[in-house]
Amino acid sequence: MPTNVYMEALSPTMEEGRVVKWHKKEGDPVTTGDTLAEVETDKAVMDLVARADGVLRQVAVAEGETVAVGKVVAIIAAPGEATGATPGPAPQPAAAPAARSGERGAVPLAAPVTPPDATRVKASPLARRIAKETGVDLKLLTGSGPGGRVVRRDLEEAGRREKGDVRPAAVQPAAAPVVPLPSPVSPAVGGRGGAYEDVPLTQIRKTIAKRLVTSLGPVPHFFLTTEVDMERAAEARDALNRQLGDQGKVSFNDVILKATALALTKHRACNAWFQDDHIRYWNEVHLGMAVAVEDGLITPVLRHADAKSLAEINREARELADKARSRRLQPAEYTGATFSVSNLGMFDIDQFTAVINPPEAGILAVGTITPKPVAVDGQVVTRRRLRLTMSCDHRVIDGATGAAFLRTLKQMLENPLAMLL
Amino acid sequence: MANQFDVIILGGGPAGYVAAIRSAQLGMSTALIEKEKLGGVCVNIGCIPTKALLHSAYVANLLREAKEFGVEAGTLKTDYGVAMQRSRRVSDQNSKGVEFLMKKNKITVVKGSGTLQPGRKVKVGNDVYEAKKAVLIATGTRVKGLPQIGLDINKTTVISSDEALFLEKAPPSLAIVGAGAVGMEFANIFHAFGSKVTLIEVLPRLLPLEDAEASDALTKSYKKRGIDVLAGAKLTKATVGKDKVVLDVDVSGAKQKVEATAVLMAAGRAVNTEDIGLKECGIQLTDRGFIKVDQNLQTSAPGYFAIGDVAGPPMLAHKGFREGVNVAELLAGKKPHAIKYDNVPSVTYCHPEVASIGLTEEQCKERKVDFVVGRFPFSANGRARGTGETEGFVKIIRDKRYGEILGAHIVGAQASELIHELAVARENEYTVEEVELAIHAHPTMSEAVAEAALDSLGRVVHL
Repeated sequence: MPTNVYMEALSPTMEEGRVVKWHKKEGDPVTTGDTLAEVETDKAVMDLVARADGVLRQVAVAEGETVAVGKVVAIIAAPGEATGATPGPAPQPAAAPAARSGERGAVPLAAPVTPPDATRVKASPLARRIAKETGVDLKLLTGSGPGGRVVRRDLEEAGRREKGDVRPAAVQPAAAPVVPLPSPVSPAVGGRGGAYEDVPLTQIRKTIAKRLVTSLGPVPHFFLTTEVDMERAAEARDALNRQLGDQGKVSFNDVILKATALALTKHRACNAWFQDDHIRYWNEVHLGMAVAVEDGLITPVLRHADAKSLAEINREARELADKARSRRLQPAEYTGATFSVSNLGMFDIDQFTAVINPPEAGILAVGTITPKPVAVDGQVVTRRRLRLTMSCDHRVIDGATGAAFLRTLKQMLENPLAMLL
Repeated sequence: MANQFDVIILGGGPAGYVAAIRSAQLGMSTALIEKEKLGGVCVNIGCIPTKALLHSAYVANLLREAKEFGVEAGTLKTDYGVAMQRSRRVSDQNSKGVEFLMKKNKITVVKGSGTLQPGRKVKVGNDVYEAKKAVLIATGTRVKGLPQIGLDINKTTVISSDEALFLEKAPPSLAIVGAGAVGMEFANIFHAFGSKVTLIEVLPRLLPLEDAEASDALTKSYKKRGIDVLAGAKLTKATVGKDKVVLDVDVSGAKQKVEATAVLMAAGRAVNTEDIGLKECGIQLTDRGFIKVDQNLQTSAPGYFAIGDVAGPPMLAHKGFREGVNVAELLAGKKPHAIKYDNVPSVTYCHPEVASIGLTEEQCKERKVDFVVGRFPFSANGRARGTGETEGFVKIIRDKRYGEILGAHIVGAQASELIHELAVARENEYTVEEVELAIHAHPTMSEAVAEAALDSLGRVVHL
């Protein structure tokens, strides 16, 4: 009995996935657990694995295509088993309803299936009609109607998104007559040489867009900046690195992460989540660290950062950043931070403000360490200085609370021995 | 704290009480504040009692033709007072029904006038109620006069529907200002109870928001039964006496006087936004005086939502119902189906009824849509002939290329019931072909819907 292969929800927020690469081809034998394809979710590239033994058949989604979660992307059949590709005995009456278990979010179930069902698309009659007349493949669209049904709006949006060869449907909002494009246009409409270039949102960009407007809009931010003398931290770091020798290296970022984590243990008021009708104060410190990746950013989480040594922090931070950049982070590795740190020092940014990642109540923006003339004991001397800016959610953190935390952090960095207290 | 609820709703009309029920169903503690009877304008002085009176009018008119059907019931005598008493019983039944629904769903009903306060609070008398999730404003609208030309509602000679619904006797003559749904329905009612009715509309036709063909059909029907219809008529002056009113009317240049024992104001409604603390909470209004809301129906003050008439047109109970449901679901963390405001049916329950959904033919022309019209008259429908209800038609406007149902307009005895086939079709993006393909029982008035769909495809059968 053939088993459907569904686009599975590979991250908690995933609604659709793009098949990056098929590891198995049509006709390849597969066993349960085999990686069938690599799928780009809204967060990372994940493996779609086989849930049955057999032979891969009827691959319905090409590499590069995006489909909604719950859609059938292929079938696993027993070797030699007819999958109905040729006219055979009539399908059992149960076949059609069973195939509906492929709706969004449904648990993948083995179900008898006939070829039309393997590529079944839920679409309104009007959407089908428009698709037929304009030559659009409904399988390539994500439905926004009830139960993931493709409706007219989805076709209109696809038409706008693609290249103008899909004419918008008849009824337009008032005063928007259908403007025919000059000619069936090639994908280079706005191309690099043109006046503009329309780049479709990748999964990660969509998620960034969705997440960030839930922050700076509704979350009442305020910002606190302090300047830290990094001379002694630099000395301590040099000493540590000499000690470590070949066994590794501690970066300024590691020192800042460690100090932040320790300061948070002393200021629980800043290590908190805003939860609509309550505030969750965390006793554990899980630090999110913003990592720039191609086409976006993600904040992997350094768990129990307060309890880790600088060498451990260094190693873990590097591993997480590498994984983030190669899009191999597992969901558990980028969720559950209690506070975040964003460092743009390597870009020579003096200071900046970062956007809070809700439900966290604060984020620390780290600038570059730069030598500056400062007055020490009445003398002007040059010292390595660092600017830290904390964004606070005022619903959780008040000015004085945030300032107290920053002062502790500043003291720890200016006198690294304080971290031992 | 005893006075804390998840959701507090100000106003127990259609939007408010349905929001309360849905909130309670979703497990939220809910309080509903209402200063008068539950059910609002709709149940007490709107939709429900007028439908009762319209049926009395229908029975009167039916009996006038009874002989033709082989029935003679002796001398016909009408009594508006008795019809009114019946309509009150129907309203009370409905209001009690809402009360029962509140009890059943364990909703706390607070009697009194509520005033909004910052911090999601509502003050009623000396008590302050606090909402943990949101306050819903559902204060609705009310009738209004035309004081600019001397037509202040005085409740004796210049009345609104509020008074018309409680009259003991039909006035000998009645001028009705405004030929929208309310004006059309009262013209129908009072004419059937023996009043000499003059219907005055400033716009060029009756039911100005409906398709022109529907307006024409109703104008003909009303004139035929002896209702005076003045469309494109501007009121220039009103002389309000003790027992009569004289109106100076300018009908496209021709001046004339209309004299009546009473004037019924049926033009426009005032929004109930005064003295409920909107300003204190930072809740803004639109240019037209409705409460300004975003696409989630949230006002300019977070935590305060507006639903029903007060949130803007169309001012219809069923639009309020749906807004109440949607906000409740939103507050419970659900993702409600977006309201399609272009798919709200509009119904006038006069005889024949007028029901519509979507665009009118004029709107299709304005938008330069390529469309085809299909029509089917009830005079060609077997069931309609049998009941003697051959007035009216079904008109379906479809998109020429894809068959999308752009608009549908029905005039006929059962228009209010027939329109929903097309509402379901439009909501689910069926084209005229899906409507036609569904087998319609014979003989029914619904067949006219399928025939109109067929006509738009050039395949009408029974014509």
